[in-house]
Amino acid sequence: MASAEIRNKIFDTPSVNYLNHQKGWKSWAFTLDHKRIGIMYLIGVTAALLLAGVFALVLRSHLFSYQGAMLSDEMYNQMFTLHGAIMVFSFIIPSVPAALGNIVLPMMLGAKDVAFPRMNLASFYLWIIGTGCLFAAILSGRGLDTGWTFYTPYSIDTSSAVIFATFGAFVLGFSSIFTGLNFLVTINTMRAPGQTWFKLPLFLWSLYATSIIQVLATPVLGITLLLLIAERTMHIGIFDPTYGGDPVLFQHFFWFYSHPAVYIMILPAMGIISELISVYSQKRIFGYSFIAFSSVAIALLGFLVWGHHMFTSGQSPVVTLIFSAITFTVAIPSAVKVFNWLATLYKGSILLNTPMCYALSFIFLFGIGGLTGLFLGTLSVDIHLHDTYFVVAHFHFVMVGGTLTAFLGGLFHWWPKIFGRMYNDLMGRVGCFLVFAGFNLTFFPQFVMGSRGMPRRYASYDPEFQIFHQWSTVGAFVLGIGIVVSFVVLAYAAFRGPRCGSNPFRAASLEWQTSSPPDFHNFIHKPIMTDPYDFDSQVYDETLDTYIPRELADPAKVPPRKTPAHH
Amino acid sequence: MNWFPPTLIAQTNEEISKIVSGMNNDTSVPAHAIERPDGTAGWYSSEYWFPEAASDFAPNVDWLYMYIFWISLVFFAAIVGAMVYFCIKYRRKDGNLDTEPSPSHNTNLEIAWSVGPSILLVVMFWYGAEGFFNMRIPRADSEEIQVTASRWNWKFTYPDGDSSSELHLVNGRPTKLVMQSTDVLHSMYIAAFRQKVDIVPGRYTYAYLTPNKEGEFRLACTEYCGQKHSKMRTMVTVHASDERRKEDTQWIEAEYPAWQNGERIYKINCSGCHNKTAEAGTGPGFGNLWGKGEESLHGGGSVKVDEQYIYDSIMEPGKHIVAGYGPVSKMNSFKGKLTQADVNQVIAFLKYLDDPESVSDKPEGEVEKEEDEKPTEAEAENTST
Repeated sequence: MASAEIRNKIFDTPSVNYLNHQKGWKSWAFTLDHKRIGIMYLIGVTAALLLAGVFALVLRSHLFSYQGAMLSDEMYNQMFTLHGAIMVFSFIIPSVPAALGNIVLPMMLGAKDVAFPRMNLASFYLWIIGTGCLFAAILSGRGLDTGWTFYTPYSIDTSSAVIFATFGAFVLGFSSIFTGLNFLVTINTMRAPGQTWFKLPLFLWSLYATSIIQVLATPVLGITLLLLIAERTMHIGIFDPTYGGDPVLFQHFFWFYSHPAVYIMILPAMGIISELISVYSQKRIFGYSFIAFSSVAIALLGFLVWGHHMFTSGQSPVVTLIFSAITFTVAIPSAVKVFNWLATLYKGSILLNTPMCYALSFIFLFGIGGLTGLFLGTLSVDIHLHDTYFVVAHFHFVMVGGTLTAFLGGLFHWWPKIFGRMYNDLMGRVGCFLVFAGFNLTFFPQFVMGSRGMPRRYASYDPEFQIFHQWSTVGAFVLGIGIVVSFVVLAYAAFRGPRCGSNPFRAASLEWQTSSPPDFHNFIHKPIMTDPYDFDSQVYDETLDTYIPRELADPAKVPPRKTPAHH
Repeated sequence: MNWFPPTLIAQTNEEISKIVSGMNNDTSVPAHAIERPDGTAGWYSSEYWFPEAASDFAPNVDWLYMYIFWISLVFFAAIVGAMVYFCIKYRRKDGNLDTEPSPSHNTNLEIAWSVGPSILLVVMFWYGAEGFFNMRIPRADSEEIQVTASRWNWKFTYPDGDSSSELHLVNGRPTKLVMQSTDVLHSMYIAAFRQKVDIVPGRYTYAYLTPNKEGEFRLACTEYCGQKHSKMRTMVTVHASDERRKEDTQWIEAEYPAWQNGERIYKINCSGCHNKTAEAGTGPGFGNLWGKGEESLHGGGSVKVDEQYIYDSIMEPGKHIVAGYGPVSKMNSFKGKLTQADVNQVIAFLKYLDDPESVSDKPEGEVEKEEDEKPTEAEAENTST
């Protein structure tokens, strides 16, 4: 089957591809192509990241002095609220699934597009509207000062633009549901012939698990935010104690979504890491099914632990106990993944290029983020640490050290596929190092401060904490520079980088079987069904620039079979 | 590093009571010195990671924290160590993509590393839950102190009805804090006691604690409550005995001049929004208020600054809104919360802020006595003439 006609077509870089087959802004604004929508998402979420990142630098600069260096209390409160809200709702949640996933998922399935291309475009425009509403809150002049958690009754009482912002988050929720639904249907129905569930790349397993959460949990957020708007405008008396409501109920509703949302943020990141570790070790991922099922286990367990955000809120001690117990169970599937990645490295052929550097720093940072979660799951210790900088450091290690690092690693991994051009690997690694070093410098001192009792969301603080805040501020700027360097390296490569072949990293999954950048329809020819993690028994075909099953390879070129290493 | 929590190691009742009633009852430490980690404690000790421990359950929390810390450190070192070792040993050499054969899965190993660590997790969960229940169980013979949190002030009311803006406790005495909020969520956090409980409007929440060390400790609000959340901090003083507490505290009105009592009321109720200086906060500053004579109002006009104006502004905040703070007053009425006598003391404080010479420095009790005596003197004079 691996006939000459396929060989001649696949590795050619066609002059017409999805990037240039149509021109003009309309061809982007009204496109139904998942790759173009993915790129628009990518630009959008990157802008959100950079903006919210600037807010973070303003916050950190302010905290350089214990009295607060530059902002009024009011401004500080608005700044951390917008930093959190934009980062969470406009950046982290859509970052990996909607931007990278959108581009890669159909190609990994050997499909032409997602199941519902129009819904996909609608999802992007909802993202624009939702993010626009968050911005409207800023531009309205009243700002938003509730914290990204919108806790009642403060959010009912404050004069800031809560309705704009919650409506924005509400719309962003729909955007997220659209993406999730689309991915579920696409993975269920559009896999290439022969691509069984257990031949799916693990990135897709993680996107599948993520989509389940997006579809099931996000509606709860929508309802909660609508109720909050109703409470503010009409005083229906559900959250506001002056009308007989219960402010703690809001926390339950909010975390019923927002805890699973943590897994919306981290699961796709874990999926990316599984891809990177395997490809850059040229080795079958260790314990495929354990990793696949641990994604699903995390997604399901993630629905049962929301109460661990509320250990001090006055919920009953028995419930508190149950939430603590279930919280510990989430640690297990997460640890399993880390052990499996390490076992994959064992006896591999490890290439330390930019994406792999990001993958390794992910393991380092997620390791700290995950292990510090144990402190917070432990009841008596959490009472002390709750709402201190320890929590701030913990979730930044997971969300930034985890998700952002994996997002950047994924970008560097698939960039040559998306734009057909290679980046400067040395500069990429410099960026990665700055991100890694800056990140640790920013957030490690926060563990010490938090343990010593520094509360979060404080515009000014006791002088004894100042030295830690100052380290943290310096680190934040290093981190900021690292992120900018990374994006500059990528942007330069997209326009000026040297052309690269269809599969520069010798990966085995299907998206590498088409030209870089791909054709508008993704594949000109039907892709050859491969096992995405088999680098041993499958044969690398130099002409096709891909791994192919042994039986399809030119017999003259097949190397002797290695001793099978199963036991 | 002990292998078991302190309360478990203690064998005898005497030892347990020692732990519970105060580990470092060193009286040579002056009561008002705030001890902080002095930077000499190494990162491996709980003194590095924690503020000083001053409550009965604090040592257990610290122990459990360090237990998790060491387990995490061992796992983290193993993970990163293996990662770095593999990356050096198996790094790609000369573009050689061939890998040595190695297993792609090993069910026994995978089950082992799933189940093995869970045992350690069970220990964490168990001691954590035990410690948590110790924090949440009422103690016998507790002194009950009412805590009222409002933006952005603390008010602590003691069994005898006195109240203060700082929390005063007695060393070794079990205490129950009965907490309520008048507006939004707050959270009462005393780091040295390792105790934190949210304060929820429309509910009562309770915190139990037994301080076991004299000194001053920090109390902070840890649930975001709006503009001056970070200023909602106060002190906890743990006194040696009930008598010492009476001597040290400032809430026995008769012993202080009216303006100082007014200042106390100001700290509890007003300082969140109104500065002592003329500088504007959420509300107008109090610095030169009394000396102004007239205050210009939102929407034009002005009002004479006198006793009536102060009284109205406290009881009916919407009546006169100062220019620049409109259109609606953000302040809650203090009707039913402050008495006319309280307002008089606040007025005395305002007068003091304007001109310290203008108010009496005599304790209120004496002033009242003098006033009581005056008429009799006058009568005496009358009778003599």
